[in-house]
Amino acid sequence: MTLRPDLSIIAATVQPRTRVLDIGCGDGALMAALRDRHGCDARGLELDARDVAAAMGRGLSVVQGDADIDLADYPDNSFDYAILSQTLQTTRRPDWVLDQLLRIGRRAFVSFPNFAHWRVRASLLFGGRMPVTRLLPVEWYATPNIHHVTVDDFRAFLKTRGIVVEGCWFLSGDQRTGSAMANLFAEHAVFLLRRAE
Amino acid sequence: MSEDARFGLSRTVTLPGPLRLDGGVLLSPVDIAYETYGTLAPDGGNAILVCHALTGDHHLASNHPRTGKPGWWTRMVGPSKPIDTDKYLVICANVLGSCLGSSGPATINPATGKPWAMAFPVITIRDMVRAQAMLLDHLGIARLFAVVGGSMGGMQALSWAATFPERVAAAVVIASAARHSAQNIAFHEVGRQAIMADHRWRGGDYYHDSDPPASGLAVARMAAHITYLSEAGLTAKFGRRLQARDAKTFGFDADFQVESYLRHQGLSFVDRFDANSYLYITRALDYFDLAEEHGGTLANAFRGDTRFCLVSFDTDWLYPTSESRTIVHALNAAGAPASFVELSSPFGHDAFLLESPELDRVIGGFLQNGTPR
Repeated sequence: MTLRPDLSIIAATVQPRTRVLDIGCGDGALMAALRDRHGCDARGLELDARDVAAAMGRGLSVVQGDADIDLADYPDNSFDYAILSQTLQTTRRPDWVLDQLLRIGRRAFVSFPNFAHWRVRASLLFGGRMPVTRLLPVEWYATPNIHHVTVDDFRAFLKTRGIVVEGCWFLSGDQRTGSAMANLFAEHAVFLLRRAE
Repeated sequence: MSEDARFGLSRTVTLPGPLRLDGGVLLSPVDIAYETYGTLAPDGGNAILVCHALTGDHHLASNHPRTGKPGWWTRMVGPSKPIDTDKYLVICANVLGSCLGSSGPATINPATGKPWAMAFPVITIRDMVRAQAMLLDHLGIARLFAVVGGSMGGMQALSWAATFPERVAAAVVIASAARHSAQNIAFHEVGRQAIMADHRWRGGDYYHDSDPPASGLAVARMAAHITYLSEAGLTAKFGRRLQARDAKTFGFDADFQVESYLRHQGLSFVDRFDANSYLYITRALDYFDLAEEHGGTLANAFRGDTRFCLVSFDTDWLYPTSESRTIVHALNAAGAPASFVELSSPFGHDAFLLESPELDRVIGGFLQNGTPR
């Protein structure tokens, strides 16, 4: 089973036999990998009923729910990791969701498409139209991505909140790309975060 | 195991008890009618208890011995079905208070030699569960691989996990709730009042002649049956269509198909169900409030290591999705392993008994995950 590149990075970084909450877990591909390869106790939260049913069919513990609402019900520090992959930009209150992630999990993985990637910039600059790219494949009126964010926006946000970055990975296509020019060349970013002590 | 008379179809056992009921009464003896399917594993670890709904019985996956009708959940339980009787020993017991084989108001009170009628003690969902636990003791089953139920069966599954957490590895709760709402109680009270208003009810003392309060019970069933369906389902099935006539009669016959259907539901129900049992079991449902039993906090009901699977249906307004979500929130707060999904169906509360490949997949997958690997 091949994982999406950002999920591969997360799967390779999560410590074995930890407790993991995957928010926006889809059909449970990452959870299944964490359970089967690393012996993790993985739980999931997913909005789409078909995905939830598929994940439950894999024997995973997944709750159908909305990250914008239902994260409030999870106790503090109840997981070693809270994972939010490709979901931050779809939430109504990304700042609140990030607070919840770092309340529920001792650490949090957050991955998102970078809206400042050069192809997005070019599309807007030269085409004058909202970008429709590989990672942002949907027209403006139908996209679930309601809070577009760039790598630099995210870094600035972490700084104002005093959130510690334990690791970051940047992807262009399936390839890793450097951190220095990530805001221009990364299509996709993965951050490993924890609260400042 | 096939030689063991405790296992098989149409079993009845009289357990000496006594069973201490929530109402404070000691019930003794306790009759339990039940069926088992499949074979108990040598380590006893493959037993699944299926709990039935309000008017259900223990003929879960076999033909009913009298009517010849197939069991009520044959599409879920059987060889190679999601609850696979080739893998699991599946048990289904008629609930306490029912009239279909287990102790209830229609059975004989040993103190008087006559039917209990309204002298039967008021029972609760937890009392039903305690009686089932006595049955498992009798069968030599210490711990259930899973307890599964829809509607009132789901309440029993919740009560099992709360009352005997060490005896339940997993609980499947379908189209159910952790308490009866005011609206739930209100509909049941309509049914009970319909029975009691029937002059043939006679304070419940009607067993000596063959003239039970059938009209009252039929009305109770008609009112309840509406709550099992959805408006969209009723509209699709009947709309405003007339029953075998071209025009309204300007009278009070069953002009509309939906009227005719409900009358049929009511009439066919009284052939198989006892009015007093209906009073007792609806009371048990109305008294159900799992949080109240645990100091007012539902999360406190879930202190074991039971895994949970909850399913609701989007058109179920009897036990709507919000009730399942309340349970999920409590399970999350308790840190219990829990899955929950709302499935889509046009059929309202009844959806849990109907064909649903997604429900099959969810339950099959959930149970499979608990199989020792």
